[in-house]
Amino acid sequence: MAQAPTSTPAKKNGKGRETVDPEALRTATVTDGTLFQVRDLEVFFPVREGFFKAMVQTQKKYVRAVDGITFDVKQGEILALVGESGCGKTTTGRTMLRLEAATGGQILYKGLPLRNFSQRSLREYRKKAQIIFQDPYNSINPKQTIFDIVAEPLEVNKLVHSQYDKEERVIKAIAEAGLRPARDYLYRYPHELSGGQRQRVCIAGATVLEPDVIVADEPVASLDVSIRNDILKLMVEHKEKLGVTYIFITHDLSLAWVISDRIAVMYLGRIIEIGHTEEVVSNPQHPYTKALISVIPVPDPEGKRVHTILTGETPNAVDIPPGCRFHPRCPEAIDICKEAAPEDVHIRDDHYAACLRLNEG
Amino acid sequence: MSTTEAVAPAKAATGQRIEHEGLLDVRELKTYFKLSDGWVQAVDGVSFVVEPGQSLGLAGESGCGKTTAALSILKLLPENGKIVSGDILFDGRNLAKRTEYGMSKIRWKEISIIFQGAMNALNPVRPTGKQIAEPIVLHEGVSDAKAMLRARELFDLVGINPKRINDYPHQLSGGMRQRAMIAMALACNPKLVIGDEPTTALDVMVQAQILDLIARLRRELDLSFILISHDLSVMAETCDKGVIMYAGHVAESGTTTNIFDNPQHPYTKRLIKAFPNIHEKREMVSSIAGDPPNLLQPPPGCRFCPRCDDRLGKCETETPQQIEVDPGHFVACHLVA
Repeated sequence: MAQAPTSTPAKKNGKGRETVDPEALRTATVTDGTLFQVRDLEVFFPVREGFFKAMVQTQKKYVRAVDGITFDVKQGEILALVGESGCGKTTTGRTMLRLEAATGGQILYKGLPLRNFSQRSLREYRKKAQIIFQDPYNSINPKQTIFDIVAEPLEVNKLVHSQYDKEERVIKAIAEAGLRPARDYLYRYPHELSGGQRQRVCIAGATVLEPDVIVADEPVASLDVSIRNDILKLMVEHKEKLGVTYIFITHDLSLAWVISDRIAVMYLGRIIEIGHTEEVVSNPQHPYTKALISVIPVPDPEGKRVHTILTGETPNAVDIPPGCRFHPRCPEAIDICKEAAPEDVHIRDDHYAACLRLNEG
Repeated sequence: MSTTEAVAPAKAATGQRIEHEGLLDVRELKTYFKLSDGWVQAVDGVSFVVEPGQSLGLAGESGCGKTTAALSILKLLPENGKIVSGDILFDGRNLAKRTEYGMSKIRWKEISIIFQGAMNALNPVRPTGKQIAEPIVLHEGVSDAKAMLRARELFDLVGINPKRINDYPHQLSGGMRQRAMIAMALACNPKLVIGDEPTTALDVMVQAQILDLIARLRRELDLSFILISHDLSVMAETCDKGVIMYAGHVAESGTTTNIFDNPQHPYTKRLIKAFPNIHEKREMVSSIAGDPPNLLQPPPGCRFCPRCDDRLGKCETETPQQIEVDPGHFVACHLVA
């Protein structure tokens, strides 16, 4: 794949695919406000098995982490990917940064297919697309100062030419992440900071490159409520002031509801419902979304609601149930759900849900 | 459920029965931790009562002392932790003054605990059933075979197929491990179960299943329950009474209706607003500026004062007393007086 890029925007590589060179990436523009188009994306991981099993088995087994999902990400929005562990939300986010390779379907970034990016385009792309991880304790180097942590992406990408320039940009990023006065933090080490402050350092490390899009993978799962809310506010602020697009990956639908513009609810590798946040929450169509919303605890002891508690747990992604993959746990399942896979049903505006029973009268 | 008989309190190692309210009456408990540079006043004068059959929630941010308070009840504190003063009156006995041997008779038999991380709390190299049977053998003096039989019953009770009794913890899913932890807590028919963040780190649906299970078991077995949680929403949904802690003090306590419908302490008000209510109008959740104080040298006066928007002059110097605003609803704030 690593070919010297030429001035022609597209060049065939050894496999006959057109590669996207850095020049094409630089000149690409957003059309119709759509930053990403994800089409029938599949990410399968082979299951490692013992020698004997591998010999007698006729078919290789795969973990179908992401199994055919289609959605768009609009520029400047917060799109929440919501679901329980094992639903494929993290894999989706990582694949959008090409930290995982798609095994099927494709992702278009500003209309350019991500899988055809040359190595140099990828390097260019990663300046524009950043990630924040869940655990601020393990995702930063304890032996580096805050300055070094935040400056590293600039150095790696050779984006700064003078010490002065570097300092300016690092200080700006740290201040934007809410650590003020920024100069006080520059030469501290991570162990001197609280969990919330560390997460802000991670955010500064992501925003210092002035990216178009940040994949935030459970950025607040390990934080205290008050700090959690600060970080959520910061994300909204970045979106509004800097125009950063966020893909907010969370298991907590109520947090997604607080800050996101649109929600995609995932179950076992599929998006089962997607739409505007308030529309999905106030008018959920898929039985899984309905159940999820019904069990979210609320700070109101009087407002006791009927909880739709699903039995069992999400099956593993190796042996996916036939038909609608949710049918074994679905309170509304009928016979047809065991056989036919549901298609997306249009509800209204851009609200879609994949349930067979929505086709009934 | 054959061995529900409690040990006669009169036989307890420390002698006389003490008069007190409810099943558990914690009075002015102070638990400090010794560090090289002084004492951390983790729990500093905390009082609450748990009535028989009641569920009480201890809530607050990390470091507010809720877990320390619970571990003090069982005297499972780390080596540098010490109950400095106060009483823990349980069913006629003062646990604060009890010896380690005396406590070993109460732990699990009368008070048990569900720990937070089920993966870390279970021994990975022993079958789950054996771990559940162990306290039964120790406390009830029955044979291994009988204890295993009881373990099977417990598995059934918490909704795991008894066939999986010999599975190792890694063979169970996260939700099932938490169920096994609950089974273990119930092994000796305790009167009081403490749940230390029993659903944190679980998926929402699994959390709902576990909370539902706990509610069912409380009804069926007439258990008293203390829920320790940072999540006020979970407390609102599961508890009869709540205690809001801040920096080792009780900020507010009362029935959950008192606390959520008529919060009086500025901290309680702010904390409730920090949790989204998905069934109401959408609004940004609020946060509380500043950090909790360092408990090595806590500020004089009200500990919430440095972060409080409505502070008065005397908040900085005088520690507020508990004031009863409604029957059973206590608030420690100068604004209320």
